[in-house]
Amino acid sequence: MAITFTLNGKSQTLTDVSPDMPLLWVLRDVLNMTGTKFGCGIMQCGACTVHINGEASRSCMLPIANVAGKKVTTIEGLSADGSHPVQKAWIEEDVPQCGYCQSGQIMSAVALLAKKPKPTDAEIDDAMSGNICRCGTYQRIRKAIHRAAGTKA
Amino acid sequence: MATHISTELKSLDRRTFLKTSAAGGAALLIGFHLPAHSSSDPGQAQEKPPINPLNAWVRITPDNHVTLILAKSEMGQGIMTALPMILAEELYLDWNKVSVEQAPTDPKVYDLGTGGSGSVAGSWLPLRQAGAAAREMLIAAAAKKWEVGTDTCKAQNGYVVHGHPERSYSYGELVADAALLPIPNFKDVALKNSRDFTILGHDTHRVDAAEKANGTAKFGIDSRPDGLLYAVIARCPVFYGKVASFDAAKAKAVPGVRDVFQIETSGRGASTTGGVAVLADNSWAAIQGRKALEVKWDEGAAAKESSEELHNQFVANAAAKPGSVIRNEGDADAILAAASKKLEAVYELPFAAHVCMEPMNCTVHIQSDRAEAWVPTQAPQWAQGVIAEAAKLPPEKVTVHTTLMGGGFGRRYQADFVMEAAQVAKKSGKPVMVLWTREDDMHHDFYRPASYHKCQGIVEADGNLAAWKHFQTSTSIAAKWSAKGEEDNGQGEFGTGATVPYKSPNIRIEYTLAHSSAPRAWWRSVEHSSSGFVVESFVDELAAAAGQDPLAFRLKLIGESRKMPQFGGQPDSPPLDTARLKGVLQLAADKASWGKTLPDTEGRGIAGFYSFDSYVAAVAEVSWQPRDLKIKRLVCAVDCGRVVNPNGVRAQVESAAIYALTATLKDAITVEGGRVVQSNFNDYHMLRMNEAPPIEVYLVESVEKPTGIGEPTVPVIAPALCNAIFNATRKSTKQLRLRRLPIRAEDLA
Repeated sequence: MAITFTLNGKSQTLTDVSPDMPLLWVLRDVLNMTGTKFGCGIMQCGACTVHINGEASRSCMLPIANVAGKKVTTIEGLSADGSHPVQKAWIEEDVPQCGYCQSGQIMSAVALLAKKPKPTDAEIDDAMSGNICRCGTYQRIRKAIHRAAGTKA
Repeated sequence: MATHISTELKSLDRRTFLKTSAAGGAALLIGFHLPAHSSSDPGQAQEKPPINPLNAWVRITPDNHVTLILAKSEMGQGIMTALPMILAEELYLDWNKVSVEQAPTDPKVYDLGTGGSGSVAGSWLPLRQAGAAAREMLIAAAAKKWEVGTDTCKAQNGYVVHGHPERSYSYGELVADAALLPIPNFKDVALKNSRDFTILGHDTHRVDAAEKANGTAKFGIDSRPDGLLYAVIARCPVFYGKVASFDAAKAKAVPGVRDVFQIETSGRGASTTGGVAVLADNSWAAIQGRKALEVKWDEGAAAKESSEELHNQFVANAAAKPGSVIRNEGDADAILAAASKKLEAVYELPFAAHVCMEPMNCTVHIQSDRAEAWVPTQAPQWAQGVIAEAAKLPPEKVTVHTTLMGGGFGRRYQADFVMEAAQVAKKSGKPVMVLWTREDDMHHDFYRPASYHKCQGIVEADGNLAAWKHFQTSTSIAAKWSAKGEEDNGQGEFGTGATVPYKSPNIRIEYTLAHSSAPRAWWRSVEHSSSGFVVESFVDELAAAAGQDPLAFRLKLIGESRKMPQFGGQPDSPPLDTARLKGVLQLAADKASWGKTLPDTEGRGIAGFYSFDSYVAAVAEVSWQPRDLKIKRLVCAVDCGRVVNPNGVRAQVESAAIYALTATLKDAITVEGGRVVQSNFNDYHMLRMNEAPPIEVYLVESVEKPTGIGEPTVPVIAPALCNAIFNATRKSTKQLRLRRLPIRAEDLA
């Protein structure tokens, strides 16, 4: 069964994958796009966050069959050269420590700002609390989101 | 794998372990044979043959591109930025133009082991010397070309310059000549005057931020050698249980599964005893294959163990008298027995899991004459030894690529996951990644020991501390790792908690081991995470009993500025400088407006602790309503000597504070039926964005040598918070003194 979807702006057709394989593993192990991370496998940590039709979505339990015909954006597709305002803010604020969760954090933040260009702290909490950072970079994530939004932390 | 201990290691504390393991000594513990010239003596282990800094530490291309070599593992702590800053400073480099490269696993040149908050402290002088030696060689090469004295030339932004009008050579133009010059004695090179530092001590951006913001950073789990197979391993859920039998038919029927076979892992470095590996074309197929696999386990004796049984052991141990005496000055027992008024408090802390965001994994390819591995490890040399053993190859035939790590926290000092991957790779002959799921990671960790503490003390009318007694019973780390095993006296379970900074003529510290099969090891801040909580909670209780302000009480009992030897420390352990401890307490208090009146349902709590040779104090400010706690503010003051990268140090303090808050406010690791109950983030919760308080970090300006920063904030967070809750409930009908971690909702009622 062939599954076709749009990945980072380009059409992608897969012919030899199990339809129930989650998008996360298709990205990582079939397409070798390793920017999207495995953290828990049960949609609890957000490390696997990608955009499906613009919505921040956990990819670790999303069967690839359900992605057919949809638009998927991963961290690799956010910008060609790391110049997305959220990525730049992340670097300016030195957000990453181990960095493992940050692809997911950034994808959640970008989706938030698309909906709410000037988020309040409460809106940031609401949008970002699905993403765990074991290094505890939350304070810097908050500052970076405000920086990207041009709002005061 | 047979455990082969050819050298008797004495009582093995973590510091010694880290030093010896850097020389391959830790490999002894899991059966790797040391080369004849190696030694478990840390002093000898540090001796290296002369190395050329223009190869080992800095590489320069003819077009003047400079690459600095990083010989520690980056796990988030920012070492990939901090250590190269030291080299760049001594080399007079333009920081914006340098690259950083991970060192190879070559024990003749590098001590790669990364832990104990010791990377900057241990590398500070050697890297300055290496950088200065390289600089002197470059200057000598230029002076030779110009036929002038070296003292008329100087290094400047990647060039050597001379004369008026100024002429210059780039390092790139000099390096070929310089590398052939005599290598200066590192101990004699002229180090840069710290007044002239332009990089060290200045806020510096992380060198790895960009790749971590665009998804290109490669962690261990991202290793993709050609022909890679993915494996997961079915392990007995009961500690050290074994495979009795298995039927692979259903697993092999899962599309994508290539092979299923049993592996044997055992010995002191293993967290489990063997298992069944399922190899597949991708991680998902391997996970599905494992679900279909049928295994019968021989659960063994540990199946009877539980957290309840362990708690009962704790209580029984505390009731039986006495424990082994760790420290005894004066006669605390007699004074306590005679006292009409004394304070007694019992504290309990659970097992804690490391929970690195990147689950354990290791990728290994073993061929007949060589092996290559991609390992997210804090101990690359141990990994190399383990793979060499499995591959039956000499270690130098094993190339270990130390990858970025999605967190370490001590977990990745272990080599259990390496041992598994090496076995699977050896058996399959193909490049294989052994991937742990989150459940594997939580069920088969090496946990922070669970512990139980009974403290007794007497404060006299004048505010003096007449007696301090601390009895601890716990599942110790030494009982698992020390060569003495369960005969170890448990002193390591106290750490600097045995160096009580509060003056008393009568101090007694006792220990009794509690038995458990749960694997234990070093969890961020190790024994200090419990010692800090207990010491800084109990002194707060004593202050309250004496009706005194918690800060003033501490400062008075610490007394005059003096240097206290670390009780039971190593010969090179620096003394506890009480002036510096008082300094951070006062700084945190000042910044947190200590003493300023708060509303009736709000409160502040303070704690200060000395660990990893650094001083940290924290003030927590909270508001409390029944079952509703809000941390309004966390103020941390830190004295870790000279600061290399203030931005990085602040990040580590923020990080350690959140790590400690998770352990304080979220879940315990509990044991039932000899297995860990918690599985994933749905039952072992992490602090999240909406719960993270604002954290302020203040650094003491210091010219003392740099000391640890990754861990020493952890010990002060729980006591500062619990002391703040006590203060915030001062007008409540029941004032809350929380002595059991983690804090449960009902504790806040």
